[in-house]
Amino acid sequence: MELNILAFGIAKDIFGAPSVIVNLDEGADTATLKTLLETQYPRLKQLASYMVAVNNEYAQDENSISERDEVAIIPPVSGG
Amino acid sequence: METQIEIFETPLNTQSCIEWIMSPASGGIDVFIGTVRNATKGKMVLKLEFEAYKPMAISEMSKITQQAFEKWPVQKILIHHRTGTLQVGEIPVIIAVSAAHRDAAFDACRYVIDTLKQTVPIWKKEFFEDGKVWVAAHP
Repeated sequence: MELNILAFGIAKDIFGAPSVIVNLDEGADTATLKTLLETQYPRLKQLASYMVAVNNEYAQDENSISERDEVAIIPPVSGG
Repeated sequence: METQIEIFETPLNTQSCIEWIMSPASGGIDVFIGTVRNATKGKMVLKLEFEAYKPMAISEMSKITQQAFEKWPVQKILIHHRTGTLQVGEIPVIIAVSAAHRDAAFDACRYVIDTLKQTVPIWKKEFFEDGKVWVAAHP
């Protein structure tokens, strides 16, 4: 499946765009997505941490992703 | 148990927050106002830029207010957060909490701002004379 990944904060700088498209198997889990993104964008590994959000909720590594989900990369937050 | 949770691109209005949070049933209101500081670790800050993942930020702020209602007997909680470019002295965030008694208002207000800083998907970029940095991005 083709998945549109939204990026915010420093993740947007790392991707060079507010969103990128990646190819993943339907139902792939969050950990697989992170591994793929880290291969394509090694600077992600230099972050203090980052999370994946699926449909506006923080996702765990084992959560699976489908084509219709809204997926975002959440680098360390710093609001307030 | 009322809430008012909003993200604005325009300056926040402290007075309107206080007017919304006050009620005859309240014996105390606690208001936290975050302001843009002119320095970080001794380096002069020129301005900040805030970016939000808006729908998720609203959802996470809503979760925090629900947790606060479960933990303390508070009546109303307001969270207003700014996005965009802010100059030194401007207000990125206002938290207001009302309760019958002050202890709950103080405790819940502190919980809301502390948890917001940990979980809500909003990011700030600091601009210095010699560069810019996304806060907390790197170890």
